[in-house]
Order: sequence, then C-alpha cells, then structure tokens
Amino acid sequence: MTAALTTRSLRAKSMSARLRPFLLGIVSVVLLAGVWELYKLLGPADGFSIGELRVLPRTTDLAMPHVWDMLERLGGPLTGASTAIPLWLAVLKAAGISLGIAAIGWSIGLVVGFVLAVLMQRFRIAESAVLPLVILSQTVPLIALAPVVRVWGSRLEFGAFEWESWMSVAVIASYLAFFPIAVGALRGLQSPDVIHEELMTSYAAGWWKTLIHLRLPASVPYLLPALSLGAANAVIGTVVAEVSTGLSGGIGRMILDFSNFASSDPAKPWAPIFGAILLGLVAAGLVSLLGLALGRYRRAEVNR
Amino acid sequence: MSTFAVEVTGVSRVFQGKKSTVTALDGIDLTIEAGEFVSLIGPSGCGKSTLLRLIADLDQPTAGDIQVFGTPAAKARAAQKYGIAFQQAGLLPWRTVAGNIALPLELHGVDKTARRARVAELIDLVGLGDFATSYPDQLSGGMQQRVAIARSLAEKPELLLMDEPFGALDEMTRERMQAELLRIAAESGAAVVFVTHSIPEAVFLSDRVVVMSPRPGRITGIVPVKLARDLTSDADALREDTAFFAAVTAVREELHGVPTVERARGVDLR
Repeated sequence: MTAALTTRSLRAKSMSARLRPFLLGIVSVVLLAGVWELYKLLGPADGFSIGELRVLPRTTDLAMPHVWDMLERLGGPLTGASTAIPLWLAVLKAAGISLGIAAIGWSIGLVVGFVLAVLMQRFRIAESAVLPLVILSQTVPLIALAPVVRVWGSRLEFGAFEWESWMSVAVIASYLAFFPIAVGALRGLQSPDVIHEELMTSYAAGWWKTLIHLRLPASVPYLLPALSLGAANAVIGTVVAEVSTGLSGGIGRMILDFSNFASSDPAKPWAPIFGAILLGLVAAGLVSLLGLALGRYRRAEVNR
Repeated sequence: MSTFAVEVTGVSRVFQGKKSTVTALDGIDLTIEAGEFVSLIGPSGCGKSTLLRLIADLDQPTAGDIQVFGTPAAKARAAQKYGIAFQQAGLLPWRTVAGNIALPLELHGVDKTARRARVAELIDLVGLGDFATSYPDQLSGGMQQRVAIARSLAEKPELLLMDEPFGALDEMTRERMQAELLRIAAESGAAVVFVTHSIPEAVFLSDRVVVMSPRPGRITGIVPVKLARDLTSDADALREDTAFFAAVTAVREELHGVPTVERARGVDLR
C-alpha cells in the first residue's frame, strides 16, 4: 500500500490500477515457477557442495518435484482410500483451522501489545522498565516455550472452563504477535508533534482525552505495519507451536506428517507448504483490508 | 476598576541547561486591556514567543506573576479564557476542516447541534464555505492557517494568542490574512497578543507595539499606533497612509536603539 494510493480517492481509481497488484503477484508466482523449473533443468543432479556443505540443492524429482507434479498432486486424493477427500481440500481445511488459531493469537497479541504500549507511553518509568523485558521475551526460543505453556495451561481450571490444547497454540502465537504491535503502537502513540500536544494542553484536555483524540488516531500509520508484522508472526507462531505441542488438525502438524512421504510421494509434502504460504497471504490481506478501513487516519503519511 | 485582559508583573524565565543558563525573559511588566490588539516584536531570541507561551500557561515563569482576566494563567487555561494559533497551522490531518474547527468544542462537551451551528458560522467567517469537508492536505498554507484561526475562535475567547501565525505565508496571502484578522478581531471584540518578526505587520495590526531586545529578553519600549482604522476603510490605503509610515519608523528606531527624543518625534509625525 503506497502513500500515493491514499491521496487520491480510492473509489476514483480505475479498475486496471486496482488489478495491477494482483497481476504483478501472479506474474511473480509464474516467474518463481520458471526459475524453479529452469534450475531443475540445468542444475547438477547432485546439487553443488563446498566440502561438506551443500550450497545448491539436488535437482532430482525426489528433492525438487516438477511444478506441474506438485499441482497435479494437489488435485489427487489425500490417501489411497476410496473415500479420501482431495488433497487440496484437506490442505485448505487444515489452513483454515490454523488461520482461526492464528487470528485468536493475533487478537490477544493486539490487546496485550496495545495495553503495554499505552502504559509505556503514560509512564516513562514503565517504558524503561518494560521495554527491555519485551525485547528480552522475544529471545526465548519458541520450542522451549511450547511445553511450558501447555503444562501451565492444563493446570488452569475455573468452573466449567477447561484448557484445550489449541489454546496453548493461540497463546504461543500471541507471544510472537504482541511484540511488533507493542513496539509499533508505542512509536505511534509518541508520534504527535509538539504543536499538537500543546494544542491539547491549551484546551486543558487531560491524558485520556489526549489519548482518544490525538494519540490513538496519530498512531494508526505506525500501527498498521506493526499489525501486519504481528499477523505474520502469529501465523509462524501457530505453525511452529502446532508442531511442538503436537496439536493435530492444523497445517503445522500436516507439514510434519506429510514429510514422511518425501520418498514415496515426493510432491505431497509440498502441498501443506503451499497451504502455509496461502495462510500467510490471507492473514496479510486481511490486515491490509483493515488499513483500507482506516484510510482517513493515514493522511498524516501524505502530509509529512 | 476594570480587569485587564493580561497583566504581567515582574516576570522572568530562566532556562537551566546542562552547560549554561539562558535568561529568556527578565523583569517583564506588561498590561493589555480587554479588546486591545498588542504585537510583540523583536529579533530572534528576545523571548517574545516565550512570553506568549507563559501567558498561555504552556510554560511557567521562573519568577513573577501572570494574570489573565484577573485569574492566574493556569486557571485561565483551565477555564478556556483564550484561543491560540501557532506559526504552523497544526491541524489534525485525519480531521476535515469542519472537524478541526469543532475539536475544542468536542473536547469541552458542546452538544452536536450547537457545535454544528458554531462551526458553520466560523467557516463562513474565515471564508472557507466550500471546503468544510476537505482534509488539511488538500488545502493551501493560507487556507490551513485560516482554519487554525477559526479553531482558535471556536469558543468565543476574549483573548487570542497568536505566535507568528502568518510567518509561513507568502506576502500577498499574508496581507489579505492581516486584513481578515483585523476584521475578525473587531467583530469578536477579543484582545489579541500577536507575536511577529515583521514591523509593517505589527504596525498595521496593532493598537500598541511592544518592542523587545534579546539576551536577556526585555521590553525596550512600547510604541502606540493610531491609524485611522475603521471597518470600512481600505486596507491598502491604510498601508500607504503617512501615519502608517511614521509608526513603522518609530518601531524601527526603537528596535535599533535610537535616542528617546527622536523616537518621540517619530511618533508625532502622524
């Protein structure tokens, strides 16, 4: 999304200009497929190694299936059973489950990140105390975190509420998502010009009114990229956490399961990988829809 | 006894830096009558903006006392006794012209119908009737500044504080804005404290021009201006009047430190 897009009225844009990003996207996918096939055609069958280290992959059908084989496999059945659903449908279903979990994780991350940012903006001392912890939190390896969250979660009990394993995954996803949101929102909340802050002071507007009328709207241009980053992180967090907590149904587990077919059905493991890519694209797309809805608050980008 | 719009008594402001201290203002005494138009003029660093900020309670004096309509500056700010406009228009980019003008009214809980009526009135006053739904980035600098002035007038303040509001405008826009400001100030009956670099601007607008000198910021003289100003008079004719030139000369001599006797004669020339 470019700044130029917001200056002109979105409705006034011609159809071709709107289709442009999609067309460019398709062209880039076709190019990528071309590069893949070209390398497969011309590259050395055993790849290229420097000493022990293989710097270029093998070009065998096992390591790099043809693009059309992978696509054809997507159309084929999930298993050999006669009742099996097509592979693409299974992948879509798994991706849908992961998307739901990632969305919940992203929402939790949004709330937590935003509350932290508001606290840090309000209290200078909170900024110096919390910000290093926030940064430190991201250095904890996800793989180490997953079992801890699962164990802690399973001990939670209030009334009829029962901790389910997908919740662990959502929490881990939110753990990755909140970081860019907290940092971006803090920058945004601190972004108003001195002149605007003094204007609010001259209106005898307190902290709360200044937050609502000045800081929140001013934070939007900083917040939107942070929300996209948060969405990408939530998707990665979900996929990785599904693997490390062993949650079935999602795309992460599917990647793990299908990797067993690497030698017998080499095109199959690529299907959930495409699913994961699609998942990331859809998540990023949803967030940019949010950007369209908040277009009015992005005028600041144009003005500066 | 009538209450003054602004009463500054023995005010000084010292900025304590890490390495050095800067006396921005020293021993300032100034009273401004209700409805009076007073300009503060002087070279950069003479503390004219600082003085304005002190009156607005955006900054506090190191010593001395500032009363606005008989109450301390802080109380006057809380009670919204003044409207303020800065060198930059300082409009919120995500609000339309109407939304920007309505901002102070919204913040102070004026209900929607009253707000709409007042905003419409102000948009007419500054001549932006066709631009109510435009966003700031669609306006020229002069138009943005007009919006800022309309916003400063939103709550019908009896005191307007303006810090070089026309500083960034081109000469032609500037002269037109000056004439409009005079009309608006006369119509609203508000006192105006106007900070400027420009001698002709100060003379054209003011009843009194307060001349300041830097390091430390002090008031070196106050030049009364008496132009044959009434609402029907032509602004251009006024600018070519001998009284105008006489006052310009008087302010210039005050700024450059010419002896008192000659200065007095300069004023009498009119």
